[in-house]
Amino acid sequence: MPYASPRYAAAPPGQSGERHPVVIVGGGMVGLTAALDLARHGQPVVVLDDDDTVSIGSRAICYAKRTLEIYDRLGLGARLMDKGVVWNRGRVFFGERQVYDFDLLPEAGHRFPAFVNLQQYYLEEWLVEACHATGQVDLRWKHKVVGLTHDAAGATVSVQTPNGDYTLHADWLLAADGARSFVRETLGLPFVGKIFRDRFLIADVTMQAPFPPERWFWFDPPFHHGGSVLLHRQADQVWRIDFQLGWDADPDVERDPERVRARVRAMLGPDVAFDLEWVSIYTFRCRRLERFRHGRVLFLGDAAHQVSPFGARGGNAGVQDADNLVWKLDLVLRGAAPEALLDSYDAERVPANDENILNSTRSTDFITPKNAAARAYRDAVLELAAEFPFARSLVNSGRLSRPAVLTGSPLNTGDRDHWSGGVPPGAPAVDAPVQHNGAEDWLLRHLATGQFTQLRFEPPVVGAASPTVFVTATPCPGALHDAHGLAAARYDAQPGTTILLRPDQHVAGRWRQHDPARLRQAMETARAC
Amino acid sequence: MLILDPNLSDPDAVFAALMEAHRDLSPEQSRRLDARLVLLLANHIGDAAVIQAAIAIAGQPVSIGKSALDAHSDNEAS
Ligand SMILES: Cc1cc2nc3c(=O)[nH]c(=O)nc-3n(C[C@H](O)[C@H](O)[C@H](O)COP(=O)(O)OP(=O)(O)OC[C@H]3O[C@@H](n4cnc5c(N)ncnc54)[C@H](O)[C@@H]3O)c2cc1C
Repeated sequence: MPYASPRYAAAPPGQSGERHPVVIVGGGMVGLTAALDLARHGQPVVVLDDDDTVSIGSRAICYAKRTLEIYDRLGLGARLMDKGVVWNRGRVFFGERQVYDFDLLPEAGHRFPAFVNLQQYYLEEWLVEACHATGQVDLRWKHKVVGLTHDAAGATVSVQTPNGDYTLHADWLLAADGARSFVRETLGLPFVGKIFRDRFLIADVTMQAPFPPERWFWFDPPFHHGGSVLLHRQADQVWRIDFQLGWDADPDVERDPERVRARVRAMLGPDVAFDLEWVSIYTFRCRRLERFRHGRVLFLGDAAHQVSPFGARGGNAGVQDADNLVWKLDLVLRGAAPEALLDSYDAERVPANDENILNSTRSTDFITPKNAAARAYRDAVLELAAEFPFARSLVNSGRLSRPAVLTGSPLNTGDRDHWSGGVPPGAPAVDAPVQHNGAEDWLLRHLATGQFTQLRFEPPVVGAASPTVFVTATPCPGALHDAHGLAAARYDAQPGTTILLRPDQHVAGRWRQHDPARLRQAMETARAC
Repeated sequence: MLILDPNLSDPDAVFAALMEAHRDLSPEQSRRLDARLVLLLANHIGDAAVIQAAIAIAGQPVSIGKSALDAHSDNEAS
């Protein structure tokens, strides 16, 4: 059965002059993620969305490991794993033959796979449910933001609803209103970058097909000469197929369902029956705002940055924006950190998004060669890759989303001790299988406290800071048992090693021995105190 | 560091081998050959800084004639 979008009831207009600590403009994937995270921190939130439903059609499908870990912290990890299609393997074809395949998660002992594929509308539907369940999120459907002023005390927002208009005041305004962000435009903020002169056809089809759950990418296949094709499996036996059409393609002609069916048939062969669920045509851009923080207005998700989809970096980046921003805003709202802490949102997420833009730009340049020389190099790489391992690292059909490592963040306390590897300051915590009271468990689950957390590799100590997670090599009451030694190996830990994690599970600092004074200092640094 | 002093064991043979490889090729085939060759050699070199230095020199505007010769002799004199 094709997916039926829920319709949420339009909220009645608010009272003009209402005041709220946090208002989020945009109840898309990123705005809802931020709302849920804030609510779980105990902060009441108002979300304004001009629509009355979830994401329509085929948009984000690939959620990366880090995103799954963040959603697990927010209580949605198991649901994503149950409904989504787990995959780790990709294959690249050139012409008729397979050039090579790759495993994105070559290492065992991780709870979450490299990727889960799931239609964006499911995720948003669950986010809405989870937001409601907190009792802290006031979701206002059909509330369109049509005006905005802001100053050092917050923002005043004009809202239009089917049943009347009103204004409200937000101490903090989160702009998560998507690529065409009204908030961004009304503040006159330049959104610069580049557009790629190419068009892609996206067709979602339902079929019983023999393909395994893998990412298949074809360059110049016999069924689509001169272009590339990408195949992904989603939930409900839905498959997403992207056809590269070239800049000169006429979108109106290409959208014709009969024409799309012919393309799909050419790909699948005459014997595979399928139903066409969705067709759309896209061009892609890579661009971002110069800064994401403008006083008390903070931009996140597509409103702040946009990338081409090769590498699945758009939504995954937006989720990391929310993960990065929310704990900081929570501390500021509680008076536990100065407002300046929010400058670190810029300092951390701007470079992280530049990395996404760089990677997705390079992928797009590989997939769409700009001239005959670029094409010759591209094809040479693909030909050589079939025979010689060295060329495989040059094949770029999308560098798939990796978690941001916040190297150089002002919140990090640099290493003083000697480490060989491990998880350096700025990097997100790494998962490992552990035993908890004799049962199989995962380390990261215990580090999902939403607070600053100490990870100590030693038996429990009386009077330790709360929360602290102790990990030991042999079973010990009150500690997680590192039965496979993987936690210690992944963190380069020795007895006594202490790691300070921020509420978003990124490492703030690490020490060979527990030192309360150093930890206190690092906590202050990480809160911009 | 990109080596700009003579480094080939048999320069004439290397040049001849390049010419031989391109003999009878269409411009398109030649381009393909060159692209494959550059990629193979780049991997052999390995160091991205060396390759970028080579790209920068290879991409300098071509000037043939007196001024280029002058510039060259200036360099040699200094
Ligand atoms: C073809 C395609 C494939 C993609 N594949 C992937 C993928 O595999 N993985 C991935 O991570 N990402 C992917 N993305 C990117 C992903 O879809 C976006 O990055 C993501 O939707 C961004 O979420 P958002 O909440 O920032 O914006 P949106 O989802 O656009 O949400 C913005 C919300 O704001 C509301 N709004 C807008 N204006 C107003 C206003 N004035 N007042 C009130 N509300 C307003 C809108 O109704 C909407 O609900 C893909 C995108 C496309 C197009």
